[in-house]
Order: sequence, then structure tokens, then C-alpha cells
Amino acid sequence: MRANCWMGVNTVEVQDVPDPKILNRRDAIVKITSTAICGSDLHLLDGYVPTMQSGDILGHEFMGEVVEVGAGVDSARLRVGDRVVVPFPIACGACAQCRRGLYSTCENSNPNAGLAEKMFGHPTAGIFGYSHLTGGFAGGQAEYARVPFADVGPLKIESDLSDDQVLFLSDILPTGYMGAEMCDIEPGDTVAVWGAGPVGQFAMDSARLLGADQVIAIDREPYRLRLAADAGHTTLNFEEVDVRSELLALTAGRGPDSCIDAVGMEATHGSSHLNTYDRVKQATRQESDRPHALRQAILCCRSGGTVSVVGVYGGFIDKFPAGAWMNRALTLKTGQCHVHRYMKPLLERIEKGEIDPTRVITHRLPLSEAPHGYEIFKNKEEDCEKVILQP
Amino acid sequence: MEKTVDLIATTTVGKDPAVVYAYWRQFDQFPEFMAHVDVVRTISDTRSHWQVTAPFGRTVEWDAEITEDVPGRVLAWRSVEGADVANAGMVHFSPAPRDQGTEIRVTISYDLPGGKFGEALARWAGEDPHQQLDDDLRRFKQVMETGEVVRSEGAPWGKRSRQEFPQHPAQPLSDEELIDLTHAEVPA
Repeated sequence: MRANCWMGVNTVEVQDVPDPKILNRRDAIVKITSTAICGSDLHLLDGYVPTMQSGDILGHEFMGEVVEVGAGVDSARLRVGDRVVVPFPIACGACAQCRRGLYSTCENSNPNAGLAEKMFGHPTAGIFGYSHLTGGFAGGQAEYARVPFADVGPLKIESDLSDDQVLFLSDILPTGYMGAEMCDIEPGDTVAVWGAGPVGQFAMDSARLLGADQVIAIDREPYRLRLAADAGHTTLNFEEVDVRSELLALTAGRGPDSCIDAVGMEATHGSSHLNTYDRVKQATRQESDRPHALRQAILCCRSGGTVSVVGVYGGFIDKFPAGAWMNRALTLKTGQCHVHRYMKPLLERIEKGEIDPTRVITHRLPLSEAPHGYEIFKNKEEDCEKVILQP
Repeated sequence: MEKTVDLIATTTVGKDPAVVYAYWRQFDQFPEFMAHVDVVRTISDTRSHWQVTAPFGRTVEWDAEITEDVPGRVLAWRSVEGADVANAGMVHFSPAPRDQGTEIRVTISYDLPGGKFGEALARWAGEDPHQQLDDDLRRFKQVMETGEVVRSEGAPWGKRSRQEFPQHPAQPLSDEELIDLTHAEVPA
């Protein structure tokens, strides 16, 4: 089959690779009909996630048709012919973390758990196409994918919703939603969202759905801010205005009740000296992540408010404003999304028309043009917000 | 110059102590999750024969006998005279708080051939016994909670998957690699 492979920093190639095979009794093989490039794939492309190997198949947002199931798959849950969306974390559904609903910290789905334990203190779940630290699972930017614990994760789509409408249930819609849910929003709240990429857009839409009065998008790309404005959100371009002053103005001096970091480890920002500091430290491997959005979110949030982090971090950061966080009674919440627990409720919201996930799609490319998709998405060319790949 | 090595590892398994104990009591299932244990053959209710791969691909064998057996709570065994490597093991099973199943505490002791030098040499060859026992227990938990040892394209070898790099790339195995995988799983 054809698959998009990571070949080294800044290089992806669509190659011929063997077709996937059942390796565990509860595996299924899915013939992929739609897949997407995620902002977090850019962290892999840029070389900021360790334990990538040349030839690793990328992609953790995919859906398609079940074409084969292992002998151990519960046939009441999944059968050949089912149309499914696959959640990006791989979860067993049986361990203590899964039973708590914390699927992205599944204790049983990462064959390289010993390695993850050394990096993070405790192991994390397997993730499709996301380095060997998260298991070394082949990803879904391909014609087929093997899906472990297939009777736990995949969500069956039994209505006639299009791929475009449901594909993002695999990651970015639940991730944005969880970002907003962690804010415990109350009526009258203002929620500020750093990053107007796809996850940021869905965090904004979700914040509005969960009752926020005012939702503020912070980014520097005019086309991304326009997309947020078109959805009814207030926008701030951090290259044109002082973010903290503007946020204070928009909340009469209180600051946002909650702040969402939908940026993560490769933030850019207007403050040139701090940006240079982080870039130099990151380039020389003294700091693995550039946390500007997180720092600013903490400084801007109202006292007693919540800072919710769904942007991806991989290692260590400098200049964490611990004083602001502690003295102003802020709550910091985070996590890779526990996609499994959000898929069904969000599917219902899509069916009712409460959320339109298709609004972020700007590009549709054949799988063979995946490298071009990565390039325009990374460099923010052609007003690229979200690339869908079709095998 | 022999040196006794003591390894201690713990895990929590989401099943009742009686169930976890009963599975552990069937020593012949050890090869499923213990990386270096190739075969355990039950000789009688208290005696078993073990065949284990030691560092540098050597095979060592011994007979073991159960020395303490309190169903649902404690199980201990040790090798009898004539073992290639004298060793002993003990497992304590206790109920975990709330509904979290069973806490397992394992101690394995063995006389390391070659003493400190042998240990250093084994480490150099990529064998860290503490990490191995942790990983063995992790796989035991996987088997108990999910029915089998999880595999990925990068680490398709189940219990023989090592934590070192490079691994197999995260792309499907070729037919030849798959045949190797199947053959390697038939015990000697």
C-alpha cells in the first residue's frame, strides 16, 4: 500500500510499504477513506518529538471501513463492513486509567511503556503514528491501518454524515472540546484561546457551546483570525496589539476567566528577546519546548481562573511563571485528549447541527501529495488551516 | 566470584487477588509474559522445570519447588540443588484500595554468574534486569487485563520486544518478517 512516511527532520515521503496485518487478537484492519494532517504532526516533522525513526508512517486522524477483524474482536461491537472513526489514543478499556475515563493514559496500550515511563515518570497510551515513545504504531496517512483494541476505540457511523463531518472526531474536535470543558465555564465567562489553528477553533466553538459569553482568539495569521471572526469570536492579532492590555480592556480589567493554550511547544510571539531566548535554548537542546503561549496565558488569566492546556508539550520548559500561578490561585489543567469519552456526545452535537466541524477544512489533497500538504500547513501558505488527505 | 542479585518490582492489576494468584500459580504460563523464560514444565503440584535464556544467548535450566503457598496471598519458590543458576522468587498479592484489584510485589533473587563483572558485561550487552522485571510485570498486567501482550509495528515481537533503538520502523511487517515472527514464537 501507499503510506506517508517520516524520513527525517523536515522530510516526509509517500512510499510503498507492506499492507498491515493482524498482530493482536483484538486488532482490526481499516481501509482508510479520509485522513488528515494534524498540527501536532508538525512537531514530528520539525524534529521536536524524540524517538522517531526513518520510515515511520505518520497520521493519527483517520476513518474508513473495517475490512478485517481479529479473532478476539467482540462482534457485537465491531464487524467487517462497519464505517468507523478511529480515536488517536489507543486504549484497552480495561485498566484503571481507562475505567476512570482517562484513555490517553491507558496502562496497557504502549509496547514501549518502559521508555515513556523514563521520559514522563509514568507511561502514557499508545498513539498512532506518533513516535516510538507512544508505542511505534504505524499511522493512518495511508491506504490501510491496523487498529488495536478495535472493539474499544472505533466509533461506528451509522448515519449518512459525510467523512468531512465526522473525521475530526478522531482528534481535533474532542481535543478542542476538552480544552473548553476543562475550563468549567459559567454563564457570563470570557474565555481566551491562544492559537487559531483547527484545535483552537474547536476550543472556541466549544467554549461558546458550554456557555461562554465572550470568546477571544489570539493568533497572528490574518486568515486564521478571520476564520474565528466568521464563527462569531473576538480576535486579537498579537503582532499588532499588546495581548494583555487588550484582554484587560475586553474584560474591564478582570482578565479572562479561563485561558486555553492551543499552541504548545513551538510557540512564536511578538516579544523578540524572549523568542530568541527560547529558540536558542531549543536549538541547542537546553529547552525542549517553547512555551510562550502558556506563559502569557498564565499571566493574563484572572485570579482564581483556569488555564487549560491542549497544545502539545514533549519535554521541559524554562521561565515558567510559577509565582503568578501560585499567588493568584490559578488552576492548571491539561492532558492529551481522552477522545473515547467525547466521541459519542460530540457526534450527537454534529447530528443536531450544534457544531460544524467542516468549517476548518481549507485543503483537500490526494495522499500522494501529502508532502505538499505538510509544507503549506507548516509554512501557513495558501491560507492553509486544515488539510484532508484522500488515499 | 558469585553475587546474589535481588530484584523487586510491583504493579497493580485490576482483578481480584484470587484470580491473579491463580494465574500466577500456573507457572507454565510464565513464558507468555516473561521475556527470558522460554519453557516452564509442570512436574508435580509443587515442582516445575524451567528453561531460561541468559545473557549472550546461553540457555540455563533448573528445577524449582514451591516453598510457600497461601492461596490469594503468597507464593514462593526456589531452585533445587543442581540448578545452572540458583534462584528464588516470592510474590505477595494484596487487595488494592477501592476497586483497583490486586497489588503485586515480586522479589526475585539469583546468583549472578560472573558477579559484578558479569552484571556490567550484561548491561553493556543491553540487559538491565530491573527494567526487564518491570517489563515482565507490565506484560503480566496486560495479559490479565486485556488477554494478551500488546504489539505495535515498531515493537511487534511481543515479550521479546526490547526497549532499545532502533526498533522496526512504525510500518507493517513484510511477509518474510511476519514468517520470522510466527516461527520465533514456537517454543524450542
